[in-house]
Amino acid sequence: MMDTILDLLWIVVKIAAILLPVFTAVAYTTYAERKLIGYTQLRVGPNRVGWRGWLQPIADAVKLVMKEIIIPTGSNKILFLVGPMLFIAPSLVAWSVIPFDQGLVLADINIGLMFLLAMTSIGVYGVIIAGWASNSKYAFMGALRSASQIVSYEIAMGFALVGVLLVSHSLNLTEIVEGQSGSFLTWNWLPLFPLMLIYWISAVAETNRAPFDVAEGESEIVAGFHVEYAGMTFAVFFLAEYANMILLAVLTSLMFFGGWLSPLQGIPYLETVGEMVPGIVWLLIKASFFVFVYLWFRATFPRYRYDQIMRLGWKIFIPVTIVWLLVVAFASKMQLAPWFN
Amino acid sequence: MRFIRDFINTFFLLELVRGLQLTWRHMWMKKITIQYPEEKTPMSPRFRGLHALRRYENGEERCIACKLCEAVCPALAITIEAGPRAEDGQRRTTKYEIDLFKCIFCGFCEESCPVDSIVETRIFDYHFEKRGENIMTKGKLLAIGDRYEEQIAEDLKAQSAYR
Repeated sequence: MMDTILDLLWIVVKIAAILLPVFTAVAYTTYAERKLIGYTQLRVGPNRVGWRGWLQPIADAVKLVMKEIIIPTGSNKILFLVGPMLFIAPSLVAWSVIPFDQGLVLADINIGLMFLLAMTSIGVYGVIIAGWASNSKYAFMGALRSASQIVSYEIAMGFALVGVLLVSHSLNLTEIVEGQSGSFLTWNWLPLFPLMLIYWISAVAETNRAPFDVAEGESEIVAGFHVEYAGMTFAVFFLAEYANMILLAVLTSLMFFGGWLSPLQGIPYLETVGEMVPGIVWLLIKASFFVFVYLWFRATFPRYRYDQIMRLGWKIFIPVTIVWLLVVAFASKMQLAPWFN
Repeated sequence: MRFIRDFINTFFLLELVRGLQLTWRHMWMKKITIQYPEEKTPMSPRFRGLHALRRYENGEERCIACKLCEAVCPALAITIEAGPRAEDGQRRTTKYEIDLFKCIFCGFCEESCPVDSIVETRIFDYHFEKRGENIMTKGKLLAIGDRYEEQIAEDLKAQSAYR
C-alpha cells in the first residue's frame, strides 16, 4: 500500500518536472513569437514589461487569469467548459512518452509512436466540441475547418511515420532514436528527406498554425472555434496550441534528427567535444530550431485558401508519401547501408 | 514550358524558400520603431494640434470677437458670444468655446484670424476623463496659449512668409 502511494507520488513529481518546463517554454514561445514577427517587420516587439520585455508573458498570464470567463447564452455550458480541457489534455499527455535523453522518459512504452498519433488526433475533439458548444456560427465554421484540416493532414503525417517505422523497425521512441546513431548522416532525415518535409509541413497544418490557420482566420471568421472564449478558458486554448507546437518540434527532432544524439558524432576529435554536452541539450537545441521555424513561417507566409489546403493535403502529400514509401521499402529490402541494416 | 517551370517552383518549395530568405534578411535589418514617449518624430511648424488663444505682450488678449473663426468653421465646433467688457467697455468675447469632438483640426480658424489670436499648437497627445471636458473654454484656451507662447510665436514666424 505504502509502496503504491510512494510510486504514485514519484510519478506526480516526474509529471511536474516535465510540465513546469513545458509551461515556461510555452510562455516564452509566445514572447519569442512576438519578438520575431516584430523583427521581420522592422519593429522591436514587446520591450516595456521588465528588461527588454522579458516579463511580458507573465503580465499576459496575469491579465488572462484576472479576466471574466464569459459563457454565452444558448451555449451548452458543460461542453463549453469541457472543450478547452479536451484540447489541452492530449497535448500534455503526449509528453509522457517523449525520451529527453538516454533513459530519461516518463513512460518507456513499446507503442510510443502509436500513442503519440492517438493523442495528437484526440485534440481535434476539443476543437469540435468547443466550436459546437459556443452556439456561434463563426465558432462552428472554425471548428469544421479545423477538424477537416486535422483529419486530412493526419493521413500524410501517418504515412510519413510509416517511413520512420520502415527504417527503425520499432514503435518505441527510444529505439527509434538509438537506431539513428552513427553520425548526422545516418539520421533519418537523409533517407526520408521528402517524408521529413511532409511530416514537418503536416505538423504545421496539424497545429493550425500559419500558413494553415484558416481555422482562426481572423479576417473572415474572427478567431474561429475560440471566438466565444475569454479569460482562462481562452488561455487554455492558447496554451494547448503552443504546447502542441513545441511537442511537434520535439517529435520532428526525435523522429528525423536523431533526438538527443550529438550531431558531432562520427567526426574525429569533435566527437569527444559533442559527448561532453548532455543529450537533453542537443534535443532542446534541435527542438528550439523547429519552434523557430514555426514562428518564421508565421512571419513569412500568407494564409492558404481553404481549397488550396485540401488540395495540398490530399492531392500532393498523400501521393508523394506513398511513392517515397515504395522507395524506402525497396531500399529496406536491399539493405541499403548505412540506414537500412 | 511555363507549366513545368511553375511546377518545379512550387513542388520543390523554391518559392517558399525565397520568401523565407526575405524575412530572414529583414530579421537582421535596423529596426525603425520610435520609442514614443521618449522619442518623437520630427514635427512641422504647421502642425495642427490642440487649440490655444494668444495674448499680446502687455497681457491683453488678442481676440476681438470678430467671429470670423466661428463663421469659417466647417464643423461648427466654435461658439462665440460677444459683449462690452465690464472694466473699459471694449468689445470682447464673453464666451469662446471649441468642442473638440466636433473639431476636425482643419486650421481654418487659425487662417481666418485677423489678429493671430486662435492658433493650433503642436500638442496632440491629450485625453479627457469626464464628460464635458471636450469643450475647451476660453480660460483653458488662454492658459494653453500662455504656457506655450514661445513655441507658438516661433512656429508662426517660421511660416509667416507663406501666408
